[in-house]
Amino acid sequence: MLLATLFAPLVGALALLLVSRDAKKALKYTSLTVSVVAFLFGLATLLSFDHANPNMQMLTMQGWIPSLDAGFRIGVDGMSVLFIFLTALTMPVVILAGFDSIKSQEKEFYVLILLLEFGVIGIFAALDTFLFYVFFELILIPMYFLIGVWGGERKTFAAIKFFIYTMFGSLVMLIGLIWLGYYVEQTTGHFTTNLLLLREIAPTIPLDTQKWMFFAFMLAFCIKVPLFPVHTWLPDVQSESPLVGTVVVGAVLFKIGIYGLIRFGLEMFPQSSFEYAKVMCALGAAAVIYGAMLAIVQTDIRRLASFALVSSLGTMVMGVFSMTPEGVQGAIIQTFNHGLSVTGLFLCLGMLTERRGTTLLADYGGIAKVMPVFAVLFAISLFSLVGLPGLNGFVGEYLLLLGTFRSPFLNNWTFGILGATTGIFVAIYMLKLYNDICFGGFKNDESASMSDLTTKELAMLLPATILMIWIGIYPSTFMRFSEESTKALVGKLEIAKFGKTNYTEALKKLHKAPAAQSEAHEAHKEH
Amino acid sequence: MLYDIFYSLPIALSSFFCLTAMLLGAFLPKNRSNIVMPFATIGLAIVFTFAALLWGRNGTAFNSMITTGMYPSFFDMLFSASGILVMIAARPYLQRMNWEFDEFYILVLFAVSGMILMAHANHLLIAFIGIEVMSISFYVLSAYMRNHILSVESGLKYFLLGAFSTGFLLYGMALVYGATGGKMEYSAIRAAVSYGAQMPSLLLAGTGLIIIGLSFKVSAFPFHVWSPDVYQGAPTIVTAFMSTGGKVAAFAAFIQLANALIPNGGPDSTKITYLLAILSAASMLYGNIAACAQQNVKRLLAYSSIAQAGYMMIGIVAGTGRGTSGIMFYLAAYLFTQIGAFIIVSALEHEYGKQLEFSDYAGLAKRHPLLAGVMSLFMFSLLGLPPFAIFFGKYYLFTAAIEAGYTWLALVGILASLISAYFYLGLIVAMYFRSHETGEIHAAQPGMSGVTIAIAVAGVILLGLVPSAVLRITGVLM
Repeated sequence: MLLATLFAPLVGALALLLVSRDAKKALKYTSLTVSVVAFLFGLATLLSFDHANPNMQMLTMQGWIPSLDAGFRIGVDGMSVLFIFLTALTMPVVILAGFDSIKSQEKEFYVLILLLEFGVIGIFAALDTFLFYVFFELILIPMYFLIGVWGGERKTFAAIKFFIYTMFGSLVMLIGLIWLGYYVEQTTGHFTTNLLLLREIAPTIPLDTQKWMFFAFMLAFCIKVPLFPVHTWLPDVQSESPLVGTVVVGAVLFKIGIYGLIRFGLEMFPQSSFEYAKVMCALGAAAVIYGAMLAIVQTDIRRLASFALVSSLGTMVMGVFSMTPEGVQGAIIQTFNHGLSVTGLFLCLGMLTERRGTTLLADYGGIAKVMPVFAVLFAISLFSLVGLPGLNGFVGEYLLLLGTFRSPFLNNWTFGILGATTGIFVAIYMLKLYNDICFGGFKNDESASMSDLTTKELAMLLPATILMIWIGIYPSTFMRFSEESTKALVGKLEIAKFGKTNYTEALKKLHKAPAAQSEAHEAHKEH
Repeated sequence: MLYDIFYSLPIALSSFFCLTAMLLGAFLPKNRSNIVMPFATIGLAIVFTFAALLWGRNGTAFNSMITTGMYPSFFDMLFSASGILVMIAARPYLQRMNWEFDEFYILVLFAVSGMILMAHANHLLIAFIGIEVMSISFYVLSAYMRNHILSVESGLKYFLLGAFSTGFLLYGMALVYGATGGKMEYSAIRAAVSYGAQMPSLLLAGTGLIIIGLSFKVSAFPFHVWSPDVYQGAPTIVTAFMSTGGKVAAFAAFIQLANALIPNGGPDSTKITYLLAILSAASMLYGNIAACAQQNVKRLLAYSSIAQAGYMMIGIVAGTGRGTSGIMFYLAAYLFTQIGAFIIVSALEHEYGKQLEFSDYAGLAKRHPLLAGVMSLFMFSLLGLPPFAIFFGKYYLFTAAIEAGYTWLALVGILASLISAYFYLGLIVAMYFRSHETGEIHAAQPGMSGVTIAIAVAGVILLGLVPSAVLRITGVLM
């Protein structure tokens, strides 16, 4: 199932290459079908996932480059299965959104979107650092073209800024990856990129060496998140991207950052993680406040939304580095939530700007009168970001803050208090945004003639909206998937730091990596 | 004797085809190219086949003057492949320029036979003869378009500077010969150097001079000054050949010579290796920084090839098995990528020296979506993005550098790659994000060169996806 989810988009992209450039309908509907099929596979993966098992599941281990011990190794745990599901859910919506807004070079667009989906799912599924890196860089190409070909006025600038920013991070990470493999070579005798094996060995690296590897990885993922102070590509990219690009960046790309912080930060380098947890949380807190301050003063809708994103990503980073089950679970579920809410929000904003062609707040006002259905759905997305109880955002934020307050690693209330300010800030700028757009009189005569949502637009917004309410009311449908693996992770961290933990049950279920076992076995035979 | 000839068949065959092609050219009546070009192509294909057949016959021949077996076979195949690819693409190009003569193909054959000699060399003299045969063919090829001043200038510049650097090389060889007590054969030199030469300072000077001579041939900083002008002025198809086959051949000789002159644990090895590391770092940085300022695509690719030489030198610096197999993989990956990129440039070149600027590439994606797509693929490969061929070479070389304790060199490599993103992407920006503004547009006429481009694309993708196929080969060698 996992393999099918991963390869469906790639097969679709290759199939699209054969479709004639002029058969626009065929291009549109083939890509939509492919993404829906991928979503169904993703759903099947989610359903067949055993959430009581904290180990990696659905493993596929294939050799690839023997001299580096790099392999085609994929598998999922509770966290990645959720992220894969969300990616597969977002993509049909993105493609649907592209139907109207993409008017030139359609063929390239649909091929690139499907390639992007392939890359993102690959990132979450890869259990091999080499394979991971390949996917990590692969998504740069479609993103670059998405921004550069279909973007706004300063698209070239935004595209290059995005590319160089992310490439810088990933190249530094590449050094980290090679160094890690080399370190393993020194201890076990052969170079490897097997993540399951590296996860066993990396935590034993002495802090002096480990911290540099940790920095290399964190830099890459903090740029991807993006975390203050390396967030500056986001506003440019968000304001110059086409609508579909903003949804992809907002709903899918930053998940990679959070995923990386957990997978390569907490899991691989526990000592460095607690050593620098406070620094990371401080950066998170700074992002919360700084992003919010900037969001309040923006006059452009897209820039406002992107600073809002910077601000709320700060809380997620704090959750991750609180290293409590609540915090990490909160971060995972909040990433999931955020993907949904941001998709909703950006789609709504995109629908507005497509009707009017302006992104300035001052041009709107009183829209609730002419577009009542829109106003309701827009409100739901927005309140889910504000964290209104009953919607999904509340659940995640509550857990995040609880985790930050209770964290034995941080052992300091300041971070929790700073993080909690997000609740106030977000209400200020989001309500202001809603107020300026939907209420008051028409500031511009064109507003009076705007039409309400079409059926297609409704179809785009509904899946996300339904899930927002569902998670708000009954979050455990989704949270149980990552519960065991998070507990096992936190258990390991607590044992490493304090020597005892409350999560021994989850730890017991954890067995040594199968690859590591066979490797150890071989080494044993050799001696 | 027969045995020796059998094992060195690629050399014998390539020389045989050169000479017969020349005779054919002399005695045939009109339309000689129609016969010489297929003859040369088939000849190289035969050389390729024999190189593949002689795979695994490791050893030496002709009193240890030449090596046979995997290492030279690997390079023989690369050289004959690059010759074939270039000749297929050269026809439509030369015909468009109205300047097709059979000598062109004969010179390409000569250059290939020189390269093959370089890869087989196990003796300073053989290496020198190979380098000269190749270089002289290149001097003539650069000036091939003698009715165009740029081409003549390029040929003359290349010849003067090349002859000068040959002097360094030869002088260095003479010093090494003296310092090691009359040794010319690689393994003997290696043994002599490892045990300590009789005159260490002479050996050091000789090694330095040889490194200078070879750095010129691979166009590494600071001996690169000729390459942008020569690459720009020479006919594009010749540039495609020089910057790939020529560079690969120079590295084939460089790897072997470095192996002999700087053995691990030799008296001055660390010092010289450190010097090479500095050359490598400087090439990467200089090539990429200077490329950022270029508006001419040929010059841009020339500067980028200086940087690429820097990356490859990492393998020589590391000096380990992984370093050498990494550099060999990198060379194969680079050969396909660079040939592909230059052939596209040549297909777009409507008149000699025209349509080479960035502004001419603006909006290419709309006019020739396929060519633009393939060109971006080559740019992404040169940039080192997975899953394309060069990425893997870089990964391997960086691994080798870190293993050999040259982490700083890997970091410089990363910084340089980042800089290179600017201009590689710049070309893509022109092709995809801009539209053509002024001037008339000539449609590209790839013709038969489409075959070369298709093979290059297949090479770039296959080497990227299944690098283990080539690595198994290069790994066995070490």
